[in-house]
Amino acid sequence: MAPLPPSTAPRPAAIPASGPAPRGWWRRNQIAITPWLFLAPGILFFAIYVLIPVFQSFNVSLYDWDGLGEAEYVGLANYEEMYWDDAFYTSLRNNVIWLVLYLLAIPGGLAIALFLNQTVTGIRIYKSLFFFPFVISQVVVGLVFSWFYDPSFGLLNVMLGWFGAGPINVLGDERWVTYGIIAAGLWPQTAYCMILYLTGLNAVDPEQIEAGRLDNAKEFRMLWHIILPQLRPATFIAFVVTIIGALRSFDLISIMTAGGPFGESRVLSFYMFEVALSEYGFRMGYGAAIAVVLFLIMLVFITYFLWSMYREERGR
Amino acid sequence: MVTHYRAALAALAMSTSLASGAFAESHEMALSGELKIFSDMSNPAPRAVMEGMIERFGEMHPDLDIELTVIDREAYKTQIRNFLTANPPDVANWYAGNRMAPYVDAGLFEDVSDLWEGELSENLASTKGAMTLDGKQWGVPYTYYQWGVYYRKDLYEEHGLEEPQDWETFKSNCQTLLDNDIKCFTIGTKFLWTAAGWFDYLNMRTNGFDFHMALANGEVEWTDDRVKQTFANWRELIDMGAYVDNHTAYSWQEALPFMVNGEAAAYLMGNFAVAPLREAGLSDDQLDYYQFPAINPDVELAEDAPTDTFHIPSGAQNKEAARAFLKFVTSAENQTAINAGDALGQLPVNSGSSVDDDKFLKEGFEVLSSNSPGGVAQFFDRDAPAEMAKVAMEGFQEFMVKPDNLDRILDRLERARQRIY
Repeated sequence: MAPLPPSTAPRPAAIPASGPAPRGWWRRNQIAITPWLFLAPGILFFAIYVLIPVFQSFNVSLYDWDGLGEAEYVGLANYEEMYWDDAFYTSLRNNVIWLVLYLLAIPGGLAIALFLNQTVTGIRIYKSLFFFPFVISQVVVGLVFSWFYDPSFGLLNVMLGWFGAGPINVLGDERWVTYGIIAAGLWPQTAYCMILYLTGLNAVDPEQIEAGRLDNAKEFRMLWHIILPQLRPATFIAFVVTIIGALRSFDLISIMTAGGPFGESRVLSFYMFEVALSEYGFRMGYGAAIAVVLFLIMLVFITYFLWSMYREERGR
Repeated sequence: MVTHYRAALAALAMSTSLASGAFAESHEMALSGELKIFSDMSNPAPRAVMEGMIERFGEMHPDLDIELTVIDREAYKTQIRNFLTANPPDVANWYAGNRMAPYVDAGLFEDVSDLWEGELSENLASTKGAMTLDGKQWGVPYTYYQWGVYYRKDLYEEHGLEEPQDWETFKSNCQTLLDNDIKCFTIGTKFLWTAAGWFDYLNMRTNGFDFHMALANGEVEWTDDRVKQTFANWRELIDMGAYVDNHTAYSWQEALPFMVNGEAAAYLMGNFAVAPLREAGLSDDQLDYYQFPAINPDVELAEDAPTDTFHIPSGAQNKEAARAFLKFVTSAENQTAINAGDALGQLPVNSGSSVDDDKFLKEGFEVLSSNSPGGVAQFFDRDAPAEMAKVAMEGFQEFMVKPDNLDRILDRLERARQRIY
């Protein structure tokens, strides 16, 4: 089955009659070992920086520890506290809102990609302009949108003023704040999905489109039955990066509201940071407990991704 | 070498009776080796002050190799945990009050009660309580500043108002301003702590300093009727519409323009607000200060005056030099110099120091030294444990937006209190 190891290559005839020389251990096991050698650095770092910390977090979440003094074992008390903690449920609810609304980046990106997928003079410039928000840092996006939303001089309220609508304090009002930040996040995320779809569209088979045309498929039916199935790999990647982006929403929240007003825009990752590492925090145990819950949520998605990738591989 | 130093220290102890001897006696100690100082004085003016102090200290001790590391003030607040355990300097900046507690409890700060023996305790009496935990002192103060109401004098005069001496005038002033479409107070609560300034003053004026500290120390229930009275007083202002709209979206700096533009007449703030207000174009004729007036006449006035400090980490290598530096920092001359209007522009803690010729510093010094009989608090987030401060300040902000939620907020704070202390 496996290709023959090089050691079985014809040996020089001058070998003494005492039989074949004992092959070295390395030569015998080379084929089996080489992949592991190549994998070793990756496995090592993955273990040190990902796997072991995951278990450490589980462990720390059972202690009451300020990061300096003695850690005190408290069993599941941190989880019990979380059960009673309103701020935790607020963060969890916001996480769900983020996950759902962030997915709008996928149809948004697809629409822009279809729109830009044509050959007109200067299309490259338009494409770069649409891609631009993804290139700038999330921190800058956050700042730009905070000014955009500013209740006294922000562009949004100036524009609302044209229609006689009142100033809305988007980032200072607990009803709007999460949606306001998600809108800011969608700007670069849509650009990202657009790029994924643009490359995907390059790979669409023109013969199939031709065949579809012959069968009288037009417009939406063409898109739904001919184009989209061919974009499945792009959609999958767009889905993955968008879910990851939604769970990583930390930087925008930190820049735009610092979790406020009164904690209404926090998500789990930000709450974890606040509890464990911010100026008023340093409750490592409780922070770790939040991290564990966040990990379990992510695990659902990770499992789904791994499972579908495994299925793809087997399907080939 | 060591004995020589001991002798010098003995001489020092005797010569401290000369109030101005601090500079001279430092000369007697032949300090050598390396003195590592980590500082959070990263803004331009404080940084120049820190460098100037080190230069003068270095001139006194030519054999001492002083190495200064300045860390961004905000980043310092989290980095201190790492460097105190992993790579302790000989001297480090921090804050007074409960903010020291985690490091004192973890044994990371050196007990410097010996420095406080004798005259220093008298000279620094106003902050001794704030530097004391478990009956020992853990550092020395180098500066503090007053809080109070900074207001637009010209607007007050225009509408015939005067500095209020009591709660009724405070509110009637506000009503007059509101009738003229001017908000009484600007505030930006995005980063929460500004709301805590209001709580501190309202609570200290309603229930007194001792009650306020007991609350900060977790000895009183948040659902207590006295706490509710504080919030009831606060609510009077909120219901009047005394504060600028949408304050949850602003930082304290972003709230300054309302006052500069005359849309709001006053700001309850620390003295550090004066510099940006002056830079924004307000002259000393337009800008003035008054002490927060009494609400409950039965309680003594008490003030917030956050104190910045120097400490010696317990893992320091050169504690002799560090002690000499702390001694130098607290001397009357040095405190006069570093707190001058062109340096930190704050108040010296040493009572032997003189205050710079600045009307806000003079008024602040007056208030803190003679008109704060109740006591001097640090600030809510330094007096209460960090965790409690965070939960409470979020509650204050929510209350300012949704005063109807008060009972829920207080229940939440009470649950937090039972867990934290």
